[in-house]
Amino acid sequence: MKLIIAYIQPYRLNDVKQELFKAKVYKMSVTNALGCGQQMGYHESYRGADEEVNLLKKVRLEIAVNDGFVQPTIDAIVKGARSGQIGDGKIFVVPLGECIRIRTGETGGEAIG
Amino acid sequence: MDSGSLKIALDTMWVLLTAFLVFFMNLGFAMVESGLCRAKNTVNILAKNFIVFAISTLAYWVLGFGLMYGNGNALIGLQGLFFASGADNSPATGEAYAGVYSALSWTGVPFWAKFFFQLVFCGTAATIVSGAVAERIKFKSFLLFSIAICAVIYPVTGHWIWGGGWLASMGFFDFAGSSVVHSVGGWCALAGILLLGPRIGKYKSDGSVKPIYGHNMSTATLGVFVLWFGWFGFNPGSTMAANAEGIAHIAMTTNLAAAMAVLSATVTSWLLQKKPDLSMILNGCLAGLVAITAPCAFVSVGSSAIIGLVAGVLVVLSVFFFDKLKIDDPVGALSVHLANGVFGTLAVGLFADKAVCAKIGTDSASLSNGLFVDGTWKQLGTQALGVVAVAGYVLAAALIIWGLIKAVMGLRVKKDEELAGLDIGEHGNEAYSGFQIFSNM
Repeated sequence: MKLIIAYIQPYRLNDVKQELFKAKVYKMSVTNALGCGQQMGYHESYRGADEEVNLLKKVRLEIAVNDGFVQPTIDAIVKGARSGQIGDGKIFVVPLGECIRIRTGETGGEAIG
Repeated sequence: MDSGSLKIALDTMWVLLTAFLVFFMNLGFAMVESGLCRAKNTVNILAKNFIVFAISTLAYWVLGFGLMYGNGNALIGLQGLFFASGADNSPATGEAYAGVYSALSWTGVPFWAKFFFQLVFCGTAATIVSGAVAERIKFKSFLLFSIAICAVIYPVTGHWIWGGGWLASMGFFDFAGSSVVHSVGGWCALAGILLLGPRIGKYKSDGSVKPIYGHNMSTATLGVFVLWFGWFGFNPGSTMAANAEGIAHIAMTTNLAAAMAVLSATVTSWLLQKKPDLSMILNGCLAGLVAITAPCAFVSVGSSAIIGLVAGVLVVLSVFFFDKLKIDDPVGALSVHLANGVFGTLAVGLFADKAVCAKIGTDSASLSNGLFVDGTWKQLGTQALGVVAVAGYVLAAALIIWGLIKAVMGLRVKKDEELAGLDIGEHGNEAYSGFQIFSNM
């Protein structure tokens, strides 16, 4: 079991979701995130006072998958999110110790699927 | 005070009071348009709607008013062109009037009351454009176009219809501006959209339409209430006199058309979209108001109900129609102001009733009864000719001006800026600082 965490451009979320559906990955959590990477920030000013904003708006996806789904999920996210420009985002894959479905008490791979 | 100066005082109070109501409509437009667009473009839309009345004021004072109301030929005004500074002895009327703005000599109010009332109408035409081109147009390109519409485009058709030009001579009637204000704004908006293209992501490659939700339906609703309220200045004020029978009748026809359109838009939306969509209900109200604007002083109360009923259906179908053609209009400005501006203008030819005009004191010497009143086609033909003429001229003029701006400085912001929002790109700050808004498009 792995937990796949991806930070992507907000406006790519729909494309990524569609690619995930094509790869038969239907379960995910999505949250707003602020972050900075290579893209650097942008400039804001308000009533004459300037500010460099380096935290950009991103969307964070969390998807828990069984081992067989790791590569298809990664491929789908890359396909949906890649534009070739700096700022497309990053994917982290971390081992997942346990997963429990609250309603049934199922654990492990069955709870994820 | 003798009865003559009492009448002048009361008429002036009425004209200015209603002009202030029409001014208030700027707030309505700002709230509707920002509410129906995304949070990331709010500062930009508010800035456009705010500044556009300042531009109107300057442009209409410098040139627009003279071009529209100066004595001239059938096409444009020629005398007293600049700074509304021609000779004028208002509030003298009729035979006693001596000046260069004789197209407005029928109303007995001071000159600057006439000017101010006409100015707020010009401002309305300009502000119609901003919603249609929202979320993708460069701020400075919009400002330049606003100057052009207020100084040139709007005053020319205004002269044809209200300034004693060729359509007025032919017996074309548009009481408060379904054509003069709303269609003109609508055609300018259409030209802008055609040269701008749709917002990124609105139309998918398979041809389907992706909904781009408005971010604040509370402000959108506030805005439409403000506009509905303002319209009680727009239409009843266009008597430009406190003519008791007239303003009461027009308040009634205006409100009834709006109410019927709200109901018919609700039902239409409910049937076609399975659930009643608030944005369509709001558009329905505005559609009814736009449609009754030309006929409000010429038709019976019963006819105004029918006009409103049709307008509410028309606006919903029109929104679907423009989306089919991939003409991306974020706030439905084309469906409200263009489609129903045209319909309202034609409605004069369908429902005009000289008996009503005589009863409420509307000047209708060259008006003929409408098709549904006595079965004659004459007035409808004149109205249709006016619609075609306004369409041809305004669309051509607007395409040329938008085209020139596009060639010189471009119309559309860069893709990255559109995705991140015009608030940061054009203005350097956002509307909802401290709030986290889920912005995935």
